[in-house]
Amino acid sequence: MKQLITFIKKEFHHILRDRRSMLVLIGLPIVQLLIFGFAITTEVRNANIAILDNSKDEVTQNIITKIESSQYFNIDRTISINDQIEKAFKSGKIKLAIVFQQNFQNELSHSNKAQLQIIADATDPNQATTLTNYLSSIVRDYQNELNQQNKLPYTINTEMRMLYNPQLKGAYTSVPGVMGMILLLISAMMTSIAIVREKELGTMEILLVSPMQPWLVIISKVIPYFIISLINVATILILSVFVLGLPIEGSLFLLIASTIIYIFCALSLGILISTVTETQQAAMLISLLGLMLPVVMLSGYAFPIANMPTILQVLSNFVPAKWYIIIVKNIMIKGIGLEQIWKELLILLAMTATFLMISIKRFKIRL
Amino acid sequence: MRTLKFLLKKEFLQIFRDKLILRMIFALPVIQLIILPYAATYEIKNITLSVVDHDHSEYSRKLINNLTASGYFLLVDYSKTYAYALDQVEKDKADLIVEIPEGFERDLIREDETKVLIAANAISGQTAGLAVAYANSIIKDFNNDVRSQWIQQPRLNAIPVIDITSSNWFNVQMDYKYFIVPGILALLVTLVGFLMSSLNIVKEKEVGTIEQLNVSPIKKYQFILSKLIPFWVLGLFVLTIGFLISFIVYGICPAGSFWVGYLFAGIYLIALLGFGLLTSIYADTQQQAMFISYFFMLIFILLGGLFAPIENMPGWAQYLTYVNPVRYLIEAMRMIVLKGSGFWDLRYHFLIITVFAIVFNGLAIWKYKKTI
Repeated sequence: MKQLITFIKKEFHHILRDRRSMLVLIGLPIVQLLIFGFAITTEVRNANIAILDNSKDEVTQNIITKIESSQYFNIDRTISINDQIEKAFKSGKIKLAIVFQQNFQNELSHSNKAQLQIIADATDPNQATTLTNYLSSIVRDYQNELNQQNKLPYTINTEMRMLYNPQLKGAYTSVPGVMGMILLLISAMMTSIAIVREKELGTMEILLVSPMQPWLVIISKVIPYFIISLINVATILILSVFVLGLPIEGSLFLLIASTIIYIFCALSLGILISTVTETQQAAMLISLLGLMLPVVMLSGYAFPIANMPTILQVLSNFVPAKWYIIIVKNIMIKGIGLEQIWKELLILLAMTATFLMISIKRFKIRL
Repeated sequence: MRTLKFLLKKEFLQIFRDKLILRMIFALPVIQLIILPYAATYEIKNITLSVVDHDHSEYSRKLINNLTASGYFLLVDYSKTYAYALDQVEKDKADLIVEIPEGFERDLIREDETKVLIAANAISGQTAGLAVAYANSIIKDFNNDVRSQWIQQPRLNAIPVIDITSSNWFNVQMDYKYFIVPGILALLVTLVGFLMSSLNIVKEKEVGTIEQLNVSPIKKYQFILSKLIPFWVLGLFVLTIGFLISFIVYGICPAGSFWVGYLFAGIYLIALLGFGLLTSIYADTQQQAMFISYFFMLIFILLGGLFAPIENMPGWAQYLTYVNPVRYLIEAMRMIVLKGSGFWDLRYHFLIITVFAIVFNGLAIWKYKKTI
């Protein structure tokens, strides 16, 4: 036991001595959460648009004022003729253009029909759809104001309800995602690199001939990263509750308990990677290819799994982060208890056991 | 010149000797380009839908039919009560609830007004927003059908109507892949170039071979050039594979000129590799270099506009993106591939990225000390 503590101390010295890495380890989740929480939104704001007003009458002016007073659009007034539009799109100056037909007001009041064309830059299809929708609804609102006295017959009204996240905050998806990603990064990637580093520099031999059991050597390597992971979990949770305003609806104890299981899973994955690689660069590339990309792509954190082709949906089942993210969402946001997440927890435990078994099989005492 | 030749030979030998890393460099673009565009889709389909129909009328059935026939929604069950449907959402069996009240058909025809409730699982705000928008527009269409059925004649224009037509340029089919593939090309070049270069010098430091280089008669700029050129070639090679795959798999051929694309990527790589080398010079161990490059890579990519549009970010974040080289490559790639923008359209991008290249490499040469 005393030996183990000494070894753990040694590992901590390694980590604490390297100030820059420490800073990144502790700072990365904070920066990531803040970027996700405050910088990245799918909410449209200040999109640059051009307006070609071929009519320049009272109605078009009113509509333009309406558009301007919404916070969604920013009108670029330097574009006033047709030929400039394509150029402006090509240089990326505008995202959308509106063309009013000639005699807009006249047509509207005499033939009851006036034309307005919206041209969107569809390089980003979702952005284009969203912008077109916003703009149409502004125009439609204006039209409804015009027609206030004649109410349309046979109307179906819709009432919308956004469950769990009424303000549609991005943090509700990003916090579970960031937790899944950071824990994997620190636990799996860093442990694997720390172990392989000893191999690469040749100090692993010294550790293996020491009177410590080989598995204790590995345990002592793993424990510091386990503790750093816990610190990160704490910072992430504190930030997301107090800065991002996320609730913890369910039991905090259950959340932490399942997080520890996930960390174990990630650590055992790290050990597995370290048994199959010889150089730090290789360990890093495997972690990058085999862990980070799947976590970002297939865990359902950035992109909904339901929309993917079947083969990717099947593959996503092998990504531990997918199950962890489901657990976090269920506990934190939906407030569900153990009865709804025991399956996911079992899957994580089974994965951990498999990783450990393979690593024990592959672990070589002689180098 | 001869010195540089020998140094380059050494670097290339080192790169080609490590078979694992070489294989990764090839595998990375292939896997990413084949999987990511399929995974990274915000195209919404198969939204699981639970319907609570209290009316069981002809109209309510027709409305449900319209919803399921649209292709966006996958009807998972008819719930008896709203509470039961909510339970389905809680269990992740359904993402959207549509509740049709009792007397839906009667109210619509007799009272001229009725109400439908749409509730969405909004944990992912964007998906929920789009799902609700789709459901809404289907209900509106249904509403218009009903209206034109009951209102006989062209009374439709009895009141002033502004006719909105919309068209989508540059990506007429609204295919999300066209949007994502050029961005991934940029991501690939960045990942390979930055990770490899940031680990390079520090590896020589950690293993100890840097001392031999330091005592040999090499100028500082020769040293930096010899580290830069191999990865530059590699980066452009990865880009070429990327272009090939995006053509073969997705049929995406740049609307603009290849040469502008290569020219931009070439200058961009010089800038990026300079930054990578700078990281490598500062770091003491490979592990540290990895941490630092992960840190920057993550921020660069998140704030690069790959998934979330930069225009939507708050002011301070937009200012941050100005010093993010990845942003310019992603923008330039999209403009060249999708819009066919030429050199003149991209003149500011070229200017800025050249400045980056000069600054980063200048710093790298300056900071590299021939002593330890």
